Amino acid sequence: MSERDDHELRISKIQDGTVIDHIAGGHAPDVLAILEIGSSTDEVVSVGMNVPSDRLGYKDVVKIEGRELSQDEVDVISLIAPAASINIIREYGVAEKHRVERPAVVEGVLSCPNHDCITTEGEPVVSQFEVLDDGVRCAYCETIVRKHLTEHISV
Amino acid sequence: MLDRDHVITAKNLSRADIETVLDRAAAIERDPPSRERHAGRLLGLCFFEPSTRTRMSFEAAIKRLGGDALDMGPVASSSATKGESLADTVRVIEGYADALVLRHPSEGAATMASEFVDVPLLNAGDGAGQHPTQTLLDLYTMRENAGGLTDLTVGIMGDLKYGRTVHSLAYALTKFDASQHFVSPESLRLPRSVRYDLHEAGAQVREHEDLDAVLDELDVLYVTRIQRERFPDENEYRQVAGEYRIDAETLDRARDECIVMHPLPRVDEIAPDVDATEHAHYFEQAHNGVPVRMALLDLLLDDSDETDAADATDDTSTTDATDAADATDDSANGGDR
Repeated sequence: MSERDDHELRISKIQDGTVIDHIAGGHAPDVLAILEIGSSTDEVVSVGMNVPSDRLGYKDVVKIEGRELSQDEVDVISLIAPAASINIIREYGVAEKHRVERPAVVEGVLSCPNHDCITTEGEPVVSQFEVLDDGVRCAYCETIVRKHLTEHISV
Repeated sequence: MLDRDHVITAKNLSRADIETVLDRAAAIERDPPSRERHAGRLLGLCFFEPSTRTRMSFEAAIKRLGGDALDMGPVASSSATKGESLADTVRVIEGYADALVLRHPSEGAATMASEFVDVPLLNAGDGAGQHPTQTLLDLYTMRENAGGLTDLTVGIMGDLKYGRTVHSLAYALTKFDASQHFVSPESLRLPRSVRYDLHEAGAQVREHEDLDAVLDELDVLYVTRIQRERFPDENEYRQVAGEYRIDAETLDRARDECIVMHPLPRVDEIAPDVDATEHAHYFEQAHNGVPVRMALLDLLLDDSDETDAADATDDTSTTDATDAADATDDSANGGDR
């Protein structure tokens, strides 16, 4: 069975919205967290996890009805799902298809793991991280985070 | 005169910035400025951590330039105890002073505070982060006593992980292509972020656990205190404290010209018998805090004068243009005035 046939069986097509494909297996919940989609959401969301994939072995897929992602949202997704592709769907067809690109800076998305960082102390400041080749770096205390990035998502 | 409004991290000071400050400091030592030079200017001292040398040398510097210092006083008697944010505190004190000096226990505090003020802000230490004005006086001391700043071989020993003076100094020495040797126990190596930057900048860096591996090559030995207050665990502190001490006998193995520096306060990492040797330069280093901070304040306050003057010119032009436009509008509306 091809990869394409496999998803069609598992997750139905959407009329308008966004399909985030080729998320590394197990990371769909992190993508949902970035998009602030939680248990109380009233958006129509389909999630496929650990779907067999020719490219990744196993992948996750997220489909969101009636919402086209902003560039900022795509930038942040790129940190945890660098292989993801974003398909904007209109009238059941793929209107636009993008590979994610890592931004230079992400703001307000990650919290600094350094407990001595000024951004952890209730100051009126939005967290800001420079994106490195293999991690991110706090713009305030300069702490570098390379592993377990999703543990620091604060949205 | 300086290519920046605030002094937050040595990483962002260019070689030209550093040389400008050091040259001005040397000029101030040769020919001290008039006490009228910055008469009436006020320097706000915001110290959220203890300080002797930094606080007093900034106060001495502004007073020797003819200005005065406004000291926030101990944190215990400030509004911080009522829960006021640092952002609010600096915005308030900005209204009282022409420049601010900030020391704070949180890393990144000065970066954040600088986003909330328009007057020059000088980082006097942000936790285990940076201490760039200490670095300027360190470099001044090296330049005066080690034959310049180029081609130096510098050993930095002690608490490299939590020592903010070390982090700033490493960035600055990199701009002068120094050969840098970091001597510490494994647990107190330079933080990953600093090693990353030094690597990216192409710095000549080697790390050692034993001073003897490099002592006889050094032009400068920069010793730092193993800082008890930076250790969350007392046992970890006790385990490493005392392993990195020097005395006069240690320095028998150093070059005669090697200068020994320390940001002070020392506890027992430099034995008192070193004080009488030709190597010891740490008290001179502390004294250099005044001319170097005078130079820095002189440059920053000059810059803010120029900015104020430019703003005033802009305001005048804007007012004139607006008045002219208003007059035209009145004529166009057919007003008989």
